[in-house]
Amino acid sequence: MAFLKIDTLRKSFGKVDVLKGIDLEIEEGGFLVLVGPSGCGKSTLLNTIAGLEPITSGSISINGKVVNDLHPSQRDIAMVFQSYALYPNMTVAENIGFGMEIRGIAKAERDTAIAKVAETLQIGALLDRKPSQLSGGQRQRVAMGRALVRDPMVFLFDEPLSNLDAKLRVDMRTEIKRLHQRMGTTIVYVTHDQIEAMTLATKIAVLKDGVLQQFGTPAEIYNRPNNLFVADFMGSPSMNLIPAKVKADGSDVAIVMEREDGAPLTLPMAGTNGALAGRDGKEVVFGIRPEALTDPDSADRNARQVSELDCEIEVIEPAGSDTFAVTRLGGREIVARLRADAPISAGQTARLAFNLDKAVLFDPQTQERIG
Amino acid sequence: MSAEKTAGVSGNRLARAAIYSVLIVFAVYYLLPLYVMLVNSVKPLDEIRQGNMLALPDVFTFEPWAKAWSSAQVGVQPTGLKPYFFNSILMVVPAVAISTILGALNGYVLTKWRFRGDDLVFGLILLSCFIPFQIALIPAARILGLLGIAGTTQGLVLIHVVYGLGFTTLFFRNYYAAFPTELIRAAQIDGAGFFQIFRRILLPSSAPIIVVTVIWQFTNIWNDFLFGVSFGDFDSQPMTVALNNLVSSSGGVKEYNVHFAGAILAALPTLIVYIVSGRYFVRGLMAGAVKG
Repeated sequence: MAFLKIDTLRKSFGKVDVLKGIDLEIEEGGFLVLVGPSGCGKSTLLNTIAGLEPITSGSISINGKVVNDLHPSQRDIAMVFQSYALYPNMTVAENIGFGMEIRGIAKAERDTAIAKVAETLQIGALLDRKPSQLSGGQRQRVAMGRALVRDPMVFLFDEPLSNLDAKLRVDMRTEIKRLHQRMGTTIVYVTHDQIEAMTLATKIAVLKDGVLQQFGTPAEIYNRPNNLFVADFMGSPSMNLIPAKVKADGSDVAIVMEREDGAPLTLPMAGTNGALAGRDGKEVVFGIRPEALTDPDSADRNARQVSELDCEIEVIEPAGSDTFAVTRLGGREIVARLRADAPISAGQTARLAFNLDKAVLFDPQTQERIG
Repeated sequence: MSAEKTAGVSGNRLARAAIYSVLIVFAVYYLLPLYVMLVNSVKPLDEIRQGNMLALPDVFTFEPWAKAWSSAQVGVQPTGLKPYFFNSILMVVPAVAISTILGALNGYVLTKWRFRGDDLVFGLILLSCFIPFQIALIPAARILGLLGIAGTTQGLVLIHVVYGLGFTTLFFRNYYAAFPTELIRAAQIDGAGFFQIFRRILLPSSAPIIVVTVIWQFTNIWNDFLFGVSFGDFDSQPMTVALNNLVSSSGGVKEYNVHFAGAILAALPTLIVYIVSGRYFVRGLMAGAVKG
């Protein structure tokens, strides 16, 4: 049964519809990440769950109880804000204990709870400091401590790592994941960083313009994106999306991609013939992730269909662990991911292996996935 | 601020000398009246009559100060300025306190508890800063009469609170507009109510703007003459009105030394407030202008 359930949620600011009927649910102990470009409504959605923004219609329920009209403090949630929102005039200990103080919990009990949380987050030495005396990472921990001490049913995180530098962000990401595994609480987490989304989530919801684009596990979102937006948004470097034409000849289905010089590239698509059967001559978008487009030696040996084709390499970008090769197909720049020591140089024609098991096709009109 | 940067702005020595000369000339120009008042307030009257206003006193005396404070003829009574000084204190302290607190609450609501039409409300409150005092005299007199507090200190407090609200609201609204709303939201989730958030989160961070508002209100209300003379009675007239009565009492000789002493006495409280907290004034007015 869903622990947190959001049902046809709508939110308008005046005439502007920010959320246009969102349906989501997450089981107890799940980690739901809301991801999307800025202005997609993900933070507004989080604020409605927190009760900081009233909703226009629909319902939100936590643990079977509809919380639409409950005050934020009565929803049994805790929130970590992007700016940390630590009270500047209070010490770390007072910050963490403020909620308990408001609820009238005795000083001794408060101190015990604060000490316990401080130990979990290793901020015991900071308890007497003011927020202005802390570094970014320490403030982040205190903000999490303030949420943890409530022991709520749902944790809400609003882009908590976006103010940290790159290295610290990765560390804190791991720490949040570890914390989630240990405490087993339900988390809703907003981010615009798709890597954070992939690494942390048990379920990802991709939003755009207030509409839910796809809701599923990280693997589903990554491997079978519902539409071109999700395909392009998730993954780095992003998925290659190549305009192509379908060529269906009886049971042999293939797609054809234009090349600037030389003959068009033809790829047999045996696995998807059902979906492509009626589309002879129609345009499709062929999507393939860079890691499914490799030098022949690093191609996945378990893949059922791999096609090897010659492509002209324009640029080589060594990245240490891998080498990225840029080529051109269907008028688009295409990125292939080769092993680091692949013997390929720019300007030369090289053989690339297309792992067609991992390829996805989209309808350019509807933008939706085919098959 | 780095030393190189300062040097870069100020240029060469000649320019600096010129800047300092101009600054010194203006400083003297502004301090001269204060000097004249101070010097002449400690001279016997005869010495002033001899005509040299700028000379230091030959005979040093605090007699004029004592007289201005406790025995000079103010209006019809020889009471000195003392009772009026306390009238002013009794009027200024509550008026400043109430208008500052209400301004802070207004600013809090207008920025953190926004409602439909809040900008319009703020615009209307702001408009009151631009209404000339004279226009409101007769309606204000009518209201005070209806409330039965005409001619009392409470009446003057009410008038000054109402007139000060526009400015205090403006100050606090602009200050709180830069205050992170996420803090308010965090406090809401922590379960704090409207006044708890105000008292525990907002007020402790408001020291600079409180100082600005208090200086502004104190100076304006203390120096007000028009409302004092219009709505004050014998037992509620403020210092400014009494000073006018002292100086313009036509009985007998003009005691300039007493007048000077009285004028300094009248100006002293605002001077003290400014000296004590003035450095916050500039800081507060500039707060948020540059990222600290």
